[in-house]
Parts: sequence; C-alpha cells; structure tokens
Amino acid sequence: MNTATKVTDLNTSELLQNIRQKTLSATEATKAYLDRIDSLNTQLNAYLYLNHELALENAASIDKRLAAGDDPGPLAGLPIAAKDIFVTKDLPTSCASKILADYQACYDATAIDRLRRAGAVILGKTNMDEFAMGSSNENSGYGAGRNPWDLERVPGGSSGGSAAAVAARLCSVALGTDTGGSIRQPASLCGVVGMKPTYGRVSRYGVIAFASSLDQVGPLAKDVEGCAAVMEAIAGHDPRDATSLPHEPGAYLQACNSGIKGKRIGIPKEYFVDGLQSDVREAVDSAIDTLKSLGAEPIEISLPHTRYAVATYYLICTAEASSNLARYEGVRYGKRDLEATDLTQMYRQTRQLGFGPEVKRRIMLGTFALSAGYYDAYYAKAQRVRTLIRRDFDDAFKQCDLIVTPTSPTPAFPLGEKTADPLQMYLADIFTISCNLAGLPGISLGCGFTADELPIGLQILAKPLAEEDLFAAAAAYQHATDWHLRCPEMAR
Amino acid sequence: MNIEDFPYEIVIGLEVHVQLASQSKLFCGCSTRFGSPANSQICPVCSGQPGVLPVLNRTAVAYAVRMALATNCEIRKRSRFARKNYFYPDLPKGYQVSQFDEPIAEHGSVEVYLDDTPRKIALTRIHMEEDAGKNIHLGGSQFSLVDLNRAGIPLIEIVSEPDIRSPAEAAEYMRSIRAIVRATGISDGNMEEGSLRCDANISLRQKGCETLGSRTEIKNVNSFRFVEKALEYEARRQADLLDRGERIVQETRLFDADRGVTSSMRSKEDADDYRYFPDPDLPPVLVDDEMLEAARQAVPELPIARRRRFVEQLGLSHYDAKELTKERELADYFESVLKAGAKAKPTANWMLSELLSQVDDARNLPDAIVKPQALAELLSMIEAGKISGKIAKTIWPKMWESGHSAKAIAEEENLFQQSDEKALMKEIDSILQKNDDKVQEYRGGKEKLFGFFVGQVMRATQGKANPQLVNQLLKARLDQS
Repeated sequence: MNTATKVTDLNTSELLQNIRQKTLSATEATKAYLDRIDSLNTQLNAYLYLNHELALENAASIDKRLAAGDDPGPLAGLPIAAKDIFVTKDLPTSCASKILADYQACYDATAIDRLRRAGAVILGKTNMDEFAMGSSNENSGYGAGRNPWDLERVPGGSSGGSAAAVAARLCSVALGTDTGGSIRQPASLCGVVGMKPTYGRVSRYGVIAFASSLDQVGPLAKDVEGCAAVMEAIAGHDPRDATSLPHEPGAYLQACNSGIKGKRIGIPKEYFVDGLQSDVREAVDSAIDTLKSLGAEPIEISLPHTRYAVATYYLICTAEASSNLARYEGVRYGKRDLEATDLTQMYRQTRQLGFGPEVKRRIMLGTFALSAGYYDAYYAKAQRVRTLIRRDFDDAFKQCDLIVTPTSPTPAFPLGEKTADPLQMYLADIFTISCNLAGLPGISLGCGFTADELPIGLQILAKPLAEEDLFAAAAAYQHATDWHLRCPEMAR
Repeated sequence: MNIEDFPYEIVIGLEVHVQLASQSKLFCGCSTRFGSPANSQICPVCSGQPGVLPVLNRTAVAYAVRMALATNCEIRKRSRFARKNYFYPDLPKGYQVSQFDEPIAEHGSVEVYLDDTPRKIALTRIHMEEDAGKNIHLGGSQFSLVDLNRAGIPLIEIVSEPDIRSPAEAAEYMRSIRAIVRATGISDGNMEEGSLRCDANISLRQKGCETLGSRTEIKNVNSFRFVEKALEYEARRQADLLDRGERIVQETRLFDADRGVTSSMRSKEDADDYRYFPDPDLPPVLVDDEMLEAARQAVPELPIARRRRFVEQLGLSHYDAKELTKERELADYFESVLKAGAKAKPTANWMLSELLSQVDDARNLPDAIVKPQALAELLSMIEAGKISGKIAKTIWPKMWESGHSAKAIAEEENLFQQSDEKALMKEIDSILQKNDDKVQEYRGGKEKLFGFFVGQVMRATQGKANPQLVNQLLKARLDQS
C-alpha cells in the first residue's frame, strides 16, 4: 500500500482489501489502531477495556491463516471495537455499570462470535451510558466519554464510546446497540455512520438487555460500506434468540451501488418543528435537495402520533428495564455489598451502591408503570399507542419508500448541559425513538457541519427488512458528498 | 366433631404443579435429571447470566397440550408467557417466566371417584411456567447456598375451580391428576422428587349459602396424605374461628407435616405485587392443528375410563378396578395377562395380592422378569386343576427368582396336582385304616372331622392332591359303609 496514507485513515473496504492482498498485515493494522488508542484514549475515554496482547495475538493468527492460503472470512483482520454491552469471554463486560465492575462473562454474544468467525479482530470494549440508559455518555459508571470534535462536548449516547472511537480513528468499525437512538444519535453527534437494523435482524443473544422489545444491534463506521460489511457478517437468524427473524440477510454491500433513482422519500412534517436547531434544519433541507438531484422524489408525509413517541418510549423501556435489571442483586455475580447482615439489606445495599442515578430513576419509573392498579393506565396504554405509531409508519410507507429526517435536533451539546434535567436529555432522542417503537431499520450519516465544526446527521428510515433500500439511499448520498471524509482535528 | 357434621360447607380449590417429563429445561438445553450434584445442570441461560435469552422447549408445550386434551380443556391457539417479578435468591433472573392472562388451556374438568360414583371437578386453567432453584440453609452457617439445577425446569400448573367439597376429595382429586399425568406420560408424577405438588385453597361457608367465605392458601404440599391432613386441620381451625364469631384472615399458610398443623406465612396485605407483563423475549406460543393432532394421538385411555371399563365390561369390583388402574403399567400388565387367555377376576385377585408383593413399584412392571404370558400360564394351570392354588403360591416366588415358567418349575419339582383316582383312593384307604376310631366318630355324626381327613390326605401327598377330587372320593368312601 501507499505508505503516505495512514493505515487508520483507510476506510473499511480499503483496509480489508489491503489485508486480503497482503499489502498490509492484520497485525500492522491492529497495531496502528492500538497505537492511536494509546495516545488518544486518555482524552476521549472511549474504551473501557483493552487487551493489546490478545488483539495482537488474534491479528497474528489471521495473518498466519492468510499466509497459509486460508480464507479467515470476509472481515479478515478488521480491527473492531465493541460496546461494553456485548458479553465477551476474553474481555470483561461491565455495561459501564459499577454493579458489573470487571464482570467476566463465560460466553461470547452471537454478534461477537459472528464477527470473530468473519475474521475481525476485537480491540476492546467501548464506553457507554450505564446499561445503555442515556443520550450523552455522561451516565457511564466510569466517567463520560468525550466527543473528538470538541472534547468539552458529549459524544452522544448510549453508544458514545463506539461513535467516538470510529470518529477519532481508534478502530475501523464498531458495534453498538440502539434502543431509542443509541447508535444513530451518537453517530450523528460524532460525524460517523451508524445503522440500526430491523428489530430481530441481528441476534440479541449476549447483549445485556435494557429494553428487550426495542434493543437492536448495529454497526458504526466511517462510511456506509463499512456498516454494510459488518451487517453482512452479523445479520441473520440465531436459534438462541427467539425474537430473531428467520429471513436471510441481504446483500448489503452490493446494495450500496443501487442508487436512489425513482425512490419516493417521505419528509414527515411533524419532525420539522420548534426545537430543531436552524443550522441542523438547513443541512437536512440541503441533503433532501441533494437526494432529489440524485433522482429521488421527496414528498411530504404525516406521522400523526409522533408527539406521543417519547412518553410511550419511556413507559415501555423503563418497564422492561425494571425487570431486566432485577438479576443484578449480588447473588451470583457482580458487585455484592458485604456489609449487609440479611438478605433484604444485601439486595438493597448492592443495588444502592451498584447502580447510578439514571438507572435507579428508570427502574423506579418502570416498577411504577407495571404496578397493580397502574398497569392499564401506563404500560398497557403505552403498548396501544405503540401500535398506533407503528400504524403511522405502515400508512406512510404506502406513499413513500424511505423517510428522511434529522437524526438529532441539535449537534453535540456541552458536557453537563442536560444532566440536571432528565426530560431535556430524553428529548435528545425525539427523532430516533419512533423507529425503535415501530421496529424499523434506520441509518444516520453526516450531512453537514455547524459553523463551529460540529457534525450534523441525516436519518433515513426504511420499511421493515428493507435494509438494502437504506444502504442504497445512504450510499448514494455519501457518494455525492464528502462530509464523511472530514476528520476531527485531534485525530488528524 | 366429624368434619362431615359441621354446619359449614367446605370449599376447596387446588393448584397442582406438575413437572413435565421433557429431557431438557423449559428455556435452555440443560438436563432435568433429578438428584445430580448441586449446580451441575446449569448454563448461562438458566443461571440468569447477563445477556442470555430464553428459547422455548417445544416438547414441553406438546406435553402441556396433551394434558389439556386429557382434561377436556379448551386450548388457546396463541398463548403468551409473562414475567412474574420478585426477588429471591433461588430465582436467577429476578422474575419467573410463567403464563398469566393468556394461559395455554382453560375450562377443563377432571373426574374424581370418591366412593363408587365419579364427580367432575372443573378446571379453571392450565398454564406453563419454569421452576425456581432451591435455597440450602446449612445449620450454623452465616450463608445460604443456592442450587439452580431445578431452575428452569418445565412445570404446568393445573388450577381447579373451588369445586372440591372435602379434604378426602382433594386427595382423591390429586390422585386423579397423578393418574392422568402418568397415563399420558407427560410426567413421572413422582411426589418424593417434587414432580407433583400443590397449593390448596380452602374456605368455609354456612350450608346452603351461595357466596364464598374468606379463604386461606396452604402452600407447597407434596403428598396425598398431607393434602388431606392439612386441609382437615385447616377446616377445623376455620370452623372454630367461625363458631366463635371470628373472621377468617385471608393469608398464606404452611403445613408442618410433623406436627400436623398449619401456620401463618404471610397475610394478603404483605402479598407481593408481581408486576406481571408479557415477556418481550418470547414470541406468542402457537399451537397448530398438527400439534393438536399429535397430542390427541398421544392421549391414551385415561385411568378413570379404564376403571369404568374394568367394572362394566370385565365385571371387576370397584375396588379391584381402582387398584388396578392406579398405575398405568399395572393396568397394562393386567390386560396383557387377559390377552394371553386368563380370566379377569382370578387375574385381578392374583395381581393385587401375589403380584404386588413381588414388586416394589408397579411402574417397573414392563421390565419384570415374569411376563404377563407367564402369569397367564400359571393361572391356566390352576384353572385346569393341574396345580392347586396353594401350590401355585409356592411356585410364584420361584418364577420371580429364576425367571422359569410355572410349568417348568412344576415339572422339575414334581408339583403337579395328583388327580389319579386310583392312587388317591389308595392314600385315602390307608389313612382311614390308620384312623379307624375317628372314622367311627364321623360316622356317628361328628361331621366336622371331614376336614381332618382332607388334611391328612393333603399332607400325605405333600399338598399335591387335587382337593376337589379328594373331597369327592373321601365323601364317597366315608358315606359308604
């Protein structure tokens, strides 16, 4: 390869090609990323767990197989970061919670296992909001991650560490999870591509559950093709996850060349309202113009129940979380308060000390929403509204093929700005939440920058299982623009 | 006072938990074998590790459907699992996966024989759920230990309407349930191993009153006898309170089998709010026509129906029919003996006395060394007068020891009945000669000496003489003169 180009500046396809053609070894690639991690992670706090020796060993074994003429898989030698929500048998998994401090899992999540089988090299585990609850990474039990575009700003959340790691070139691609925008929102705030597949497309086995009916695994990368390559490796039915879909995954990389000609793109009027920052609006409007110039046909649509999405989401996700997090009580693993003198005290103290404030808030909200006498008014009603929101999308997709919106109403906000007001924080996900409630695939990619060099994200949503359409549209836009080529100052 | 003489009517409803006989747990591949070392049958899923997900065991569903059919339930083609949330160290996930508002089956019935007339007890529902683990409290230790081998084992809970009217009927109802689960093969019904246990709800009301009284629930009773004893104690306790004009506190009680009493565990006021909601990790349980048909094929004739047939078609007594249908294997054995040519009544008699004294557990009969054909042969030898019943009883244990046929043993040991008239006459004459004085007494009117002469002949022939023939010949000789 051209030695003038830095290994870490290569996009995913180039990197894979170089390794496959042996112009670059997996070991060199891994080492290049580890070096950058060593120099930048202290500032970014993007990684929680790293094991250089292990990563280099894995890379060396890929090189050995390549040298022997084996095919180690389509992602051979790809240095990848995994959100600390994926359990891994060779690295600790904390879910950024003190209650699971240095917890060592005894198995690999399905997505991790599939990445390993595809030849990827796992560099480490990235920072996140504790149990994926948050939109800024400030709820991490191990210190907030930082945004590489401005270290005084949040990287977004909850997959903030993954997004920051991709943006700062601390990995080629990263794995995240998206419950209400947790891949797309940080991707938007960090100026990378983040994709959330259809609910059930990627196995949730081994993903520490936050809200089971909303959680979905997806990739983050510098470009659309990087996400497509990871998706090809991780998507598909898993017999260990009863909610995983039986459908065969699509040819996502190929779809990246399909273009957007003739596609009707719906612009939901409910998304272009007060609270949407003007420079974000302008960037998205201009992106819609670009899509039009590429042959797409924009039409205005309505998603009338949009205004109920945040309330609906926070009832459902907290209810499920209150139950999902019951297992962290100190009996079998993780933190246990040793001062406790009886069982009830052990439960109380362990959870009191182990969980952070936002996690406790959500457990309490969810416990309340499921309580006898309140269930119908809250949880059951939220489920009915969820059906209405899903129907909004069904109706909209009768008129259009794709839906285009801003990903986040604002670019990355300063650290500490919203921590005192949980409701303000919840509104950061206002454009991303409906997609999870409806189980749709969605993607966020860069569509501009603010005057002070902060990335702006464009969100595209597609029909269930229509990930190919999503990749086609996103790639068409990316091929016509160069936002994705910009690199934060600190990472140059 | 006998509880039958109370001025109150006893109203009982039972929740029976049955462990399904599937090889693996409800949501993972771990074995369900009983009695293994603690925590040797666990995996990330059933021990509630972070990130795990449940996958439903289809065999368990098939068993639940089979039970639902055998109890005349309506089967829900689309049922759901819910989470029952509470904290306890033996509950790894902090919730139990169970069925709540959409159980797999509803509105069934179970027939119960108390005396000789059957009564139908209505079922509210049958639902599937997973078992919890087991806490082990070591004496003197500051800690308790948890064994999760049982966690995730598939159960069904069979909930009856408050249709049961006495503790004895409650025990009989449980026996019926056990007979059905064993006949259908969905459970081993083994109560010592906890495969069948129940919670019993009981209330009293003035005879003739329509509304139900306040009830108490007795938790986790695991034998027929204890169910009856616990309910009887509880009926008396409630009757005493009502007699004194006091009110029954709705509460959960525990039965202490050693002392034969129930005691309060917790009142309704402290009852947990389980915060049930549909389990988002599990899609709805679908039962299609194919599954229903397979379950239908797998439901054999039920013990109660078999019992009725034994009475009505084979002429057995209610008692014999009931005893023979207690275990499926026993009834199967019985019918195999009949098929091999034996008659019903002598077979039933033989089996309930002689056969059951040879086997510890009738459920092992399929592997017994003495096959039904061998018993049929023995019975036919008695029937044909080739051996006496008494000799047969000496041959029988030898068949169990050696596995040889009755015929072979009789031949080898020369046990065939002596029916040769000439030879017998010779014996008779020699005995009468030796006991001339008694012969005179007999002829003088002391007729009960006849038995003495018979005994002498039998002794002289080592019991082999055909008793009818001896009677006949002896009578003829003595009455001659």
